[in-house]
Amino acid sequence: MTPDLHLWLIPLLPLMGATINGLLGKRFSRPVVSAVALIFSGAALTQAAWIISQYSSLSLPYLQTVAPWLRAGSFQVDFAFYLDQLSLIMLMVVTGVGFLIHIYSIGYMWEDASFYRFFTYLNLFMFFMLTLVLASNYLIMFIGWEGVGLSSYLLIGFWFTKDSAAAAGKKAFIVNRVGDFGFLIALFLIIKTFGTLDFTQLFHAVAPLGIETGGVGVLTAIGILLMVGAAGKSAQIPLYIWLPDAMEGPTPVSALIHAATMVTAGVYMVSRSHTIFERAPIALMVVAIIGTLTAFFAATIGVTQMDIKKVLAYSTVSQLGYMFMACGVGAFSMGVFHLMTHAFFKGLLFLAAGSVIHAVGGEQDMRKMGGLRTKIPWTFWTMTVGTFAIAGIWPLAGFYSKDAILFRALTSPYGSWIYWAVGLLTAFITSFYMFRQWFMTFFGEYRGEADGGHDEHSSANHGHPDHGHGHGGVHESPMVMVVPLVILAILSFTGGWVGSERFDKFLAPVFHSANDAPAEILVGESGADKGAPSESMLAVVSVGVALFGLFLAWLLYVKSPNLPQQIASSMSGLYRTVSHKYYIDELYGWILIKPLVSVSRDVFWQGVDKGVIDATLDGSAEGANDVSDTVRHMQSGNLRSYAGWVAAGAGVLIFFMVWLGTR
Amino acid sequence: MIPLSFYLILSGILFACGVAGFLIKRNIITIFMSIELMLNGVNLSFVAFAAQWHELRGQIFVFFVMVVAAAEAAVGLAIIIAVYRTRETLNVDQVNLLKL
Repeated sequence: MTPDLHLWLIPLLPLMGATINGLLGKRFSRPVVSAVALIFSGAALTQAAWIISQYSSLSLPYLQTVAPWLRAGSFQVDFAFYLDQLSLIMLMVVTGVGFLIHIYSIGYMWEDASFYRFFTYLNLFMFFMLTLVLASNYLIMFIGWEGVGLSSYLLIGFWFTKDSAAAAGKKAFIVNRVGDFGFLIALFLIIKTFGTLDFTQLFHAVAPLGIETGGVGVLTAIGILLMVGAAGKSAQIPLYIWLPDAMEGPTPVSALIHAATMVTAGVYMVSRSHTIFERAPIALMVVAIIGTLTAFFAATIGVTQMDIKKVLAYSTVSQLGYMFMACGVGAFSMGVFHLMTHAFFKGLLFLAAGSVIHAVGGEQDMRKMGGLRTKIPWTFWTMTVGTFAIAGIWPLAGFYSKDAILFRALTSPYGSWIYWAVGLLTAFITSFYMFRQWFMTFFGEYRGEADGGHDEHSSANHGHPDHGHGHGGVHESPMVMVVPLVILAILSFTGGWVGSERFDKFLAPVFHSANDAPAEILVGESGADKGAPSESMLAVVSVGVALFGLFLAWLLYVKSPNLPQQIASSMSGLYRTVSHKYYIDELYGWILIKPLVSVSRDVFWQGVDKGVIDATLDGSAEGANDVSDTVRHMQSGNLRSYAGWVAAGAGVLIFFMVWLGTR
Repeated sequence: MIPLSFYLILSGILFACGVAGFLIKRNIITIFMSIELMLNGVNLSFVAFAAQWHELRGQIFVFFVMVVAAAEAAVGLAIIIAVYRTRETLNVDQVNLLKL
């Protein structure tokens, strides 16, 4: 018997926290603000944990309708929440990592003038993210989808007095609009074709349909449009450009929103819609190609970045590419597996990077770091775990999930050796740039300025120059920041031990229920071993590749630190192109923004708005003015002229009467 | 018997003189007298018609007009005196405070 889970309470708890802090936070002291934020996000985590503890007695999927919402003929949408294994995992990731980052933020943001505002936004984000995850239909999901976009905008532009932060927030918001447009069109297509947005009903209606082969059917169109939405939210080609800029936000935001949770919403949405994608091979191929390209492309940019957070940003884009690659080859559960492990280790890496930035007083340029290993041991060791995990070295979490994705990319019926090869190459590059970062930050000599030089925190020039630097020298972060790091490090270490097999089995009710997946897929799954190399062999190869990346990074950044400079100058053209992110931002500026701005200004503003609309109004106003000005002079104040007008009027009247009489 | 038209023509001439005087003259008292002239022009046509049709109503109307004219004369002269006291002039062109 399934107990009443009160799913609606989970998103609502952080919303209450956001409301209390948002309305009253200004009068609260910092401990009260943090207590409110922690209690409500902690309550959501507790409830999620309680649901897990009830797992054995649950009959999933569990549906809870709170209230009816839209009723239009046969089409209806309810406020309803939906829990199955997939949303359960997302629930744990969001509340768990979210709660840890809340704790961390208390330490990181303590000196900030807008302390309460930060936690308001953070709780608001949790509300929307949990709505997204627990939605039982696409429309509720869309509410969460837009809401996380909003909170992301607010948090990226948190230090809004800084121009670049405000601009980055706007960029993220606008680029996301493009993706949301695709998502919305997909929803309209779904309504038109199936007449429902409810997951259960929709997938029930889709299930009997066969695979769309040859040509493009409506499912393919829906799939591709959904992928456009996912590409916007999850920063995939061609809409990834907002994520690196989003690093303008405070580091805990980068960890929570732009690494662990929000950006994975696209992966979640694609996985949730797997019934549609499985019947649209072309859409699946689009997903896989976009994912693979993004993974590789972003990784190469990551190699040349000097900003510690930018490296992690591109690495996030790249890892999200892996997840889409997994979804694209039909291995949705592996995508979600990587989503989970990635949430652990990327959240850890960002928080550790924040700790490093905190330690060196706001410096983000890795060229000015180095030798921090002994000075901030906790940060160093936790970051080491994160780095080894993302590089995919056994037995850390990243190894299991990445390896599973590569294996499926090669053996799945939708897979191809190309995906595998690019994925492997990307794994090598990932390992290289992550260890490059590791070496540059923690090894060698400290290259930053000595004491006194770090009162200039990244936030120094926006309203709170007192960011925790009443001290000199590099120093370890307070315990409130270290504890979440340690917990995440443990999770990054052990998170993969679940193993892809067991994870797959856990998610099987979602992805492989008999009436859900078309028969061909099931056959393909069981017949996976078509003479392909075994998983363990591939695992050895990918670990080898990761170790080679480690070795190369060591060679270049520890053994002979001058070599990278020489390599960069010997291939200066290529290096410059890559370090300028392939000039993609400039390209978009030329192709999209410039024409848009000039059309808006010259045609719509100067032409239509000023020329037609304003001109009509101004013209009529001016006409009225002119007429009044003429008529005004009749009121001369001269008595005799009034009399003259009366006499003239009387004369006209008389003549008129006479004319009438003689006619 | 003098025909009706003679009276009416005289009445019209009187009225026209009044109008012309009203429009041309600048002195308020002259204007005031022009108004009286117009009223009397009209009175003349009233009595002429009353005599023509053996009707009393025309005569009564004339009495009314005379009463109103007397009252108007009283009020009007008072205003003229007030204007003269404040403005020290009786030229209407200089009494134009109603202008915009």
